[in-house]
Amino acid sequence: MADEKITYAKAIRQAIVEEMHRDENIIVMGQDIRQSVWGVTTGIDNDFDMSRIYPLPISENGFCGVATGAAMTGLRPVVEFMYGDFLLLAMDAICNQAAKYRYMCGGGEFKIPVVFRVSGTGIGSGSGQHHAQYPESWVMHFPGLKIVTPSTANDAYGLMKTAIRDNNPVLFFEYKQLFGKFGTLESTEPIPFGKAKITKEGSDVTIVTYGTAAPKSLAAAQKLETEGIHAEVIDLRTIKPLDKECILKSVEKTNKLIIVEDSIKTGGVGAEIAAIAAEEAVGYLDGAILRVAGKDTSMPAGKMLEIQVVPSENDIIKAVKSLL
Amino acid sequence: MNNLTIKKITKQENCTTVDKATIVASMDKKTMMTIYRDMIRTRELDNGIEELLKRGESITQHSTRGQEATPIATIANLRKNDYVMPYHRGWGWAIGKGMNFKEIMAELINKKTGSNRGRGGPQLASWENRIMGRPGIQGAHLSIAVGIALSIKYRKTDEVVVCFFGNGSSNSGNLHESLNMASTWKVPVVFIVENNLYEIYEPITDTTSVSDIADRALGHGLEGTIIDGNDAFLVYKVVGEAIEKARRGEGPSLIETKTYRWMGHSSNDQRYYGGYRSKEEVDAWKEKCPISLMEKDLIAFGVATQAELDEIQKAAVEEKQAAVQFAIDSPYPEYEDLLTDNYADEKEGL
Ligand SMILES: Cc1ncc(C[n+]2csc(CCOP(=O)(O)OP(=O)(O)O)c2C)c(N)n1
Repeated sequence: MADEKITYAKAIRQAIVEEMHRDENIIVMGQDIRQSVWGVTTGIDNDFDMSRIYPLPISENGFCGVATGAAMTGLRPVVEFMYGDFLLLAMDAICNQAAKYRYMCGGGEFKIPVVFRVSGTGIGSGSGQHHAQYPESWVMHFPGLKIVTPSTANDAYGLMKTAIRDNNPVLFFEYKQLFGKFGTLESTEPIPFGKAKITKEGSDVTIVTYGTAAPKSLAAAQKLETEGIHAEVIDLRTIKPLDKECILKSVEKTNKLIIVEDSIKTGGVGAEIAAIAAEEAVGYLDGAILRVAGKDTSMPAGKMLEIQVVPSENDIIKAVKSLL
Repeated sequence: MNNLTIKKITKQENCTTVDKATIVASMDKKTMMTIYRDMIRTRELDNGIEELLKRGESITQHSTRGQEATPIATIANLRKNDYVMPYHRGWGWAIGKGMNFKEIMAELINKKTGSNRGRGGPQLASWENRIMGRPGIQGAHLSIAVGIALSIKYRKTDEVVVCFFGNGSSNSGNLHESLNMASTWKVPVVFIVENNLYEIYEPITDTTSVSDIADRALGHGLEGTIIDGNDAFLVYKVVGEAIEKARRGEGPSLIETKTYRWMGHSSNDQRYYGGYRSKEEVDAWKEKCPISLMEKDLIAFGVATQAELDEIQKAAVEEKQAAVQFAIDSPYPEYEDLLTDNYADEKEGL
């Protein structure tokens, strides 16, 4: 398998299909799930019987409740949101019900093994305000959830396997800009949650990132390297659980922290990480903690415009230089 | 060619009657006495909760009083491994499905010995009894019930889900999403809407476009059924048929039971008698008490003697007293207990 190239979308598909062959209690659900807008589950009805495939109506809150009930009673639903933005319609079913149900019912046999695939997240289609947001931080607040934000085909594959095997509600973010990106699968094993990946080592500054911001952070760090600036890049891979240890250890080494994310700056994932660093690593820091993040604005429509309100490689390079 | 069609759709009503004597004749004494006993126990449980409230315990109490027949007679049709998806009104579903007074009362005052380890409070659940949790969000449970029914269908068993809700949450989008999916997939769920004519202080006419909630089934390709929710025999029979239909794999039903709550919406509501509802209205509904009605029927049809019924009442009072004491004597959860079970297979520090 090693050198074979596979896209991010196909890697997710492969993980789902392999898991479905392994465990017959796994079902897939989603709007246009057989055609699949993003090409993840396209033609899945050729692989599996329709009893395991549920085309869903436009009932985001309702179908997440359905998945929660099915998960409680023996199934392992993998549910697709066509666009990340639609998560807002299902906040009750996911954050009030799925997340809290086990606690509310006293634990024990009550388990909710469901994967909410928050597909089509972020910019990439120029569709504007309601089809291009980055909702990762909206759900980070809720105990009971796990949140996965893969940036490569390999991570998407391994983390999807873990998500499906997990006995808790997992939000699995999939990004428009990454679906077509090629990568190689390093192993068929699941990748554990809460283990960040250092995608580039360095001693001058720590860049913490996830999702679509991860590849451009790495590209920026590689450019900086040619100028003799050694940035360390940490791809979180899952933001809940969060690999605090990895972040703090790196900051201890570099004494500088920048968080890069495409989601809106206010109340973002970066804010949480900055706060953790301020609480637990202030002794190591010798400069401000910087956040390079999306602008505090509604998303403009059109590919020409949307690209301007999320950080560019250049923004990251500038932020690093401002700290040194 | 020039004849263009305009199609109008209107609702059709179709009333039939059933002789109560036939229903009684079709039931065994054990079932009838169980229904009666569990209605009496439900009312005694309410009395016990009143006592705890008077002692100053903090309880979210939505009294069952006046509405005992629908949940109890419905659940009398269920088997141990059938599922109940309850809602906030009262505790009849908990009693009927097999939870005991002690675990309910202890849970309601947040004691460690409660069914949900004290942390759920009114959000009662019982895996053993297949009571699948009572979310505090109105209508949230409706789609969860459809999910449970979906998994029953997937596993090809003949279990069913019964899902209760009020006229108020019939206004939530969740109901329509849930009815649509249940009907599309033909899953074994029976929706029971207890229409008690109010949504807290608001009369149904001020918030709801229809006076019969059963109308809402029609838009989802289902038939709606309306019955007197205070007649335990009628509820048992009509819901029983819907449950059998679901077991046969013939899909969901929606049954509306007309009823009335005697008390306030919750224990905070002091305006329920002569405030937003006239005393005459409340008194007229008290005349239709589901328990008195069944009592009269049981004696009239020669099913039970007054002495047997009195014995049931006495036992329920004793059960209540023991449970109140048990709840009071039980310890609260430890502080550490408040932080566990956010995750299954929990590891420290997530
Ligand atoms: C989403 C939501 N909105 C509002 C409430 C507050 N609330 C609790 S019970 C209730 C009225 C419910 O009325 P109904 O469904 O008719 O049941 P009843 O109380 O009459 O038995 C309301 C508004 C809530 N718990 N959840």
